[in-house]
Amino acid sequence: MTIRTARPNRAQHFQPRLYCLKKLESILLEMQDTKSGVKGTEQKLNITTIPHVIAGNDTIAWISNKMKTTTEEAQAFGTMLVAYGYIYPLQNHKKLVMCNDSSLYRFQTPYFWPTQKWVPDDSDYGIFTLLLHAVCLCFKQAHYNHLHEWLNHKWDFIVMQAAEQYKAGKERKKPDRVVFDCQERAYWMVNRPPVSLSNSNMFYQQAIMRSKVKSSVSLGALVKYITTYKNHDPLLASCLPSNPWQTDHDAYWTLNMRRVEVPTKMRVERWSFSLFELLSDLRGRDDFKIFLKKEFSGENLAFWEAAEELKWGTSSSMSTKAETIFKTFLAPGAPRWINIDGRTMGLTVKGLEHPHRYVLEAAQTHVFLLMKKDTFFRYLKSPTYKDIQKKALNPEPHNFSPANLEQNALNRSPGIHPIILWQQEEEEKAKAAAASAPVDVKAMMSKIDRKK
Amino acid sequence: MRSPPTPEMATQEVPLNETLAHLKTESETLKSKLEEERAKLHDVELHQVAEKVEGLGQFVMKTRRTLKGHGNKVLCMDWCKDKRRIVSSSQDGKVIVWDAFTTNKEHAVTMPCTWVMACAYAPSGCAVACGGLDNKCSVYPLSLDKNENLAAKKKSVAMHTNYLSACSFTNSDMQILTSSGDGTCALWDVESGQLLQSFHGHAADVLCLDLAPSETGNTFVSGGCDKKANVWDMRSGQCIQSFETHESDINSVRYYPSGDAFASGSDDATCRLYDLRADREVAIYSKDSIIFGVSSVDFSLSGRLLFGGYNDYTINVWDVLKGTRVSILFGHENRVSTLRVSPDGTAFCTGSWDHTLRIWA
Repeated sequence: MTIRTARPNRAQHFQPRLYCLKKLESILLEMQDTKSGVKGTEQKLNITTIPHVIAGNDTIAWISNKMKTTTEEAQAFGTMLVAYGYIYPLQNHKKLVMCNDSSLYRFQTPYFWPTQKWVPDDSDYGIFTLLLHAVCLCFKQAHYNHLHEWLNHKWDFIVMQAAEQYKAGKERKKPDRVVFDCQERAYWMVNRPPVSLSNSNMFYQQAIMRSKVKSSVSLGALVKYITTYKNHDPLLASCLPSNPWQTDHDAYWTLNMRRVEVPTKMRVERWSFSLFELLSDLRGRDDFKIFLKKEFSGENLAFWEAAEELKWGTSSSMSTKAETIFKTFLAPGAPRWINIDGRTMGLTVKGLEHPHRYVLEAAQTHVFLLMKKDTFFRYLKSPTYKDIQKKALNPEPHNFSPANLEQNALNRSPGIHPIILWQQEEEEKAKAAAASAPVDVKAMMSKIDRKK
Repeated sequence: MRSPPTPEMATQEVPLNETLAHLKTESETLKSKLEEERAKLHDVELHQVAEKVEGLGQFVMKTRRTLKGHGNKVLCMDWCKDKRRIVSSSQDGKVIVWDAFTTNKEHAVTMPCTWVMACAYAPSGCAVACGGLDNKCSVYPLSLDKNENLAAKKKSVAMHTNYLSACSFTNSDMQILTSSGDGTCALWDVESGQLLQSFHGHAADVLCLDLAPSETGNTFVSGGCDKKANVWDMRSGQCIQSFETHESDINSVRYYPSGDAFASGSDDATCRLYDLRADREVAIYSKDSIIFGVSSVDFSLSGRLLFGGYNDYTINVWDVLKGTRVSILFGHENRVSTLRVSPDGTAFCTGSWDHTLRIWA
């Protein structure tokens, strides 16, 4: 890409942003004013005390007040100060954001400000790496081997400099040393974030232990996939009745819409390829639900759907969703109680005390595997599936003359707008949820009692 | 990760040179052990397995639509799940939503920055996301009212410290995954703009990403200027697999439809296929006559064909199994910058620096 050719591969060019960074710095100086700036406190770290610590919410309030903006904007501005390295977090130092709570931060020393003309040099990084090693922070070890290669000729010089800096560091007072270490580490976190969590040796160890499969097996699986889907690939086999882009006729799309009464034969065949395919096609999922209703075992799929809603939903809705899921599927005596093994149930219920996006992962995987290994195959052999297979449409291929094709090109159908389809879908979902919701008798009763 | 040093630990004397050498040898040993393990399982090549597979017939693919309307280089495009609408973004800051079937422009937004390098259509079809040199990813809810000013409802979601190179919605409209020139990828909550997870590990700009099409949907792959393609776990932020065989920047990564492999396209003029279960590169798609870099790759529905958009204005179609080039397509008058196959596989769309988009089938 052209825009990158003038820039080196690593370390960002600061020049184009100097103008706006200088503006930031004048604000930062105001923030640090002892009288009118953000109020600072001391923070105890083991037996040392770190001075001039600020809280996220105080900082955001200061910014909001100073710049006359909303809290949202102030928080975004604060996050930029952290991302560019002017302020660093003391606690979750790998996440470069400003949180609007009591999280603690410090101002970065101007020595490390991005506007300082020096570009972080590899040999400085080498010294830093050695220093950190000397104080037993092993997450930096990842870079030794790479660095050694690059800096071979400077290595002795680096070791000498590192030894000197280390000695000088030892002579500083303990609180100063801890503060300086924090500042330096914060600087490198912004300018060259380390490989997350593990050093490269640990990464290699994990890679060695990771289960790998013989090439013949995995490549065989790739070939099998292609063979299975060969006839369903519109660019390899003809799609019936015709490819809309080639004939300007959109029958193929109309016949395969979300809520058709009768699906096509190809579509029904695709449902049999895997449970994932069946569930991904909402029309297929509907058919599966009909089968499950007959078997009175719809709660597994309902739980799976609810877990998906939780995983992909907004952060703010998570705790309410988690609570509803617990009450409906997991609580003892729940109306749609799912039958999972004791260990998974125990872990899930415990996790729900502090719900997060992936709290239902174990339970969801368990339920999915149950459906995949048992229910899915019974569905394929069931009268429900055989019935839909029989009813499925097999459209005749279009046979347009050149005159027909010209006509088609002039009359391209606009179809239904996706926003309208989405609204219809949401209405149907709401109706279905209302119809199947278990009536909370106790709540209803107490509601009636309160009205009296 | 270890906790910060206590003052006691800070006073320990460690013989520097000894530990350095130890780590170095440990790293070398581990690397060769990993290669050994991989070699044990390397019992067959892809083209050998492909010998039993039928060859492909003659290929006739033509431009079926040409979409004109952008005033400058088209940089990115994405399909809507309705299989006919697309969103495209260009260097002049314009983002256009088209019904590619009728070639009607449905919406146009002007971004406050130039070089809108990333755009994505929301799974519901009700919004689009885009960003570029503004270092942000913004979401615009779409409307049925053609006269409505979409910029008024714009929502700023992601913020990076360098340009946004790619963005993608996850399985819902509520989360966006982004990659940036600042070397990181990040997952965001759309409603609150909150950073949910950030992914560190690339040593240079990250140029592309793709979400895995799996039952769990918890991983994605990214490619960068450091020549690496990394596979990430969205839950923990960890890099779980890494591949470094390209000789230059990786401009595009795309999962194989089963999710067990992915393809990459690079400035080194090759496309490569990586098998995730065997943990290695299994194919290189290249020709002596192809010298210019690949900007964008995508698979056909079955995974048999790999389409590559190149900087020499052409599109090369590869037989994924046999490794041969099936077809070369001409039409664009400048480099092909973006290429995506439609959700139902009936066509693919290319965007180019010649200001147009083309639909091929």
